[in-house]
Amino acid sequence: MVNEPLLNVKELKTIFSTEKGPVTAVDGVTFHVDSGETVGIVGESGCGKSVTAESIMRLLNEQTTKYEGAITYNGKNLLHLSKEQMRKIRGNEISMIFQDPMTSLNPVYTIGNQITETIMIHQKLSKEKAYVKAIEMLELTGIPSPEKRIYEYPHNLSGGMRQRVMIAMALSCHPSLLIADEPTTALDVTIQAQILDVISDLKKELNMGVMMITHDLGVVAEVCSRVVVMYLGQVIEEADVDTLFFNPKHPYTKGLLKSIPKLDGDRNSKLHVVEGTVPSLDNIPEGCRFAPRCAYADELCLNRAPELETTDEGNKVRCWHYKRIFEEEGANATTS
Amino acid sequence: MEGNVTVQTNELFLKKKKEMQKERRNLFIRRFLSNKMAVIGSIILTFLGLTAILAPVLTSFTPYEMVAANRLQPPSAEHWFGTDNFGRDIFSRVLYGSQVSLAVGLSVALATSIIGMVVGLLAAYYRLLDHILMRICDGLMAFPAILLAIAIVAVLGPHPVNVVIALTVVKSPEVARVVRSAALVIKEQTYIEALKAQGASAMRIIFMHITPNTVSPLIIQVTYVFAIAIIIEAALSFLGAGIPAPHPSWGNILYDGKTVIFSAWWMTIFPGICIILAVLGLNLFGDGLRDLLDPHTNKANK
Repeated sequence: MVNEPLLNVKELKTIFSTEKGPVTAVDGVTFHVDSGETVGIVGESGCGKSVTAESIMRLLNEQTTKYEGAITYNGKNLLHLSKEQMRKIRGNEISMIFQDPMTSLNPVYTIGNQITETIMIHQKLSKEKAYVKAIEMLELTGIPSPEKRIYEYPHNLSGGMRQRVMIAMALSCHPSLLIADEPTTALDVTIQAQILDVISDLKKELNMGVMMITHDLGVVAEVCSRVVVMYLGQVIEEADVDTLFFNPKHPYTKGLLKSIPKLDGDRNSKLHVVEGTVPSLDNIPEGCRFAPRCAYADELCLNRAPELETTDEGNKVRCWHYKRIFEEEGANATTS
Repeated sequence: MEGNVTVQTNELFLKKKKEMQKERRNLFIRRFLSNKMAVIGSIILTFLGLTAILAPVLTSFTPYEMVAANRLQPPSAEHWFGTDNFGRDIFSRVLYGSQVSLAVGLSVALATSIIGMVVGLLAAYYRLLDHILMRICDGLMAFPAILLAIAIVAVLGPHPVNVVIALTVVKSPEVARVVRSAALVIKEQTYIEALKAQGASAMRIIFMHITPNTVSPLIIQVTYVFAIAIIIEAALSFLGAGIPAPHPSWGNILYDGKTVIFSAWWMTIFPGICIILAVLGLNLFGDGLRDLLDPHTNKANK
């Protein structure tokens, strides 16, 4: 029997009921995360990356949100768990790091208070032991002299330090899955690399699965082994990181990669732009969702939505013409 | 070996923790002292509080002792504030009256802060409760405060405890509103979502994490409620719906003095001054606290 993946998201739909009617923010997303691997979720703002993460954690307001599909974690469908069961999983088995470390810590408590709180919610430890544990975790994340830092308030710490505290907090109960929602977006570039290193090191140490949500392809190249590209609530391409960077299939992924400035590139040439903007969720195109912005779109694309197909290499892509595009480009590459 | 290290580090933490707490306290006191309004307000309040507590020491007259021969005496060395139309010493009545007035104000402040806090927090956190609780608050706030208080005291009967109940009912919605609006802002902060993602329960989030962040606006609002409670209590007593005679309260003494206001000014002036002082002191203190606790005005002062 094939090993069950740690997290298996299958045909997940997240539907918000709004004043204008139901809006499907995540539409049939399927992917999986294995223990010890880092999966990148990439896409523009508003493509449903964060909503996917929040759906896995069940953090959305459930009075106005409806889920369809299945999120299987360790054999349990998270969507069928009661609130209380879910609460025991959060922070203990699945943890999350947020984008903005400046506002992710409560300003009225010391960081020690906040880390030990998480530990004491899930583990029956005395306060002293929880403090020792918290210091261990802070040390792991590379905070200097944690035994002093632990009595400081969030406003005493810089953004990078706070993100380390958040990581220490998220990992304090040794979760088997870490969801990192743009953990480095709000940080300096120098700090970004450090934080990514911390996450990668701890991933190895604790053998966690990591779901890295980001719009920064540099982050993806650095830490991820597999990448899921999302567009307007759907997965449009899934591939291992090398294939994605060197041989992307979907026109959108190609566009994204072309829009990264290259160190050895021509400094005067303009960067590639993916024309147009992401359509709003209450006005989804009828056929392929990317068709209005796609250079290769034809009649078929505008009228019928493509399915997520498995390519010969075993990766996935949602495009009618990926083979044709590949052949054309291959031909161009050889002639030029 | 390892246990030994743990004990040592623990001692180190405690020492460090105490140091930091002391430092923070000193900083708070220094900032408080540099705020003149807050200092003046607290001096007035301390003065009024002390005279209320020390009333038996400060005056040899009881507030109830009537001496018919001494009716309506102007202020003199013997009767500092004069006497009233029953020959009672106004100074001692004002002092004992301040006990009642301040006690009523303080009780109302405490009761409204507890009720207002719980109602405000629950309303902010639970959307369905919000609609119900806030409509009730709207209903209570639609009545003029004094009229509603009179109605409640009229039903319950004139007794100091009933006055406190009436004022608490009237003033709690205001406090609840303030707490709710502060809590609504805090609720949307990332750290609350992060806490949910760590598996914290709703009660823990509300009472451990949202509450401390709403304490500053609450304290500030409550000092004003304290002041208003003193004024409304005086108004109720003045109208005969408050503290029943012959017990002295500032409002009662004013009421007694009303009929003789042109011939015996001292009967209305002295309790009046006390009310003004108490309210002024509380407002100055509240403003000072706001400057101290509210981060926005804090920056402006620095």
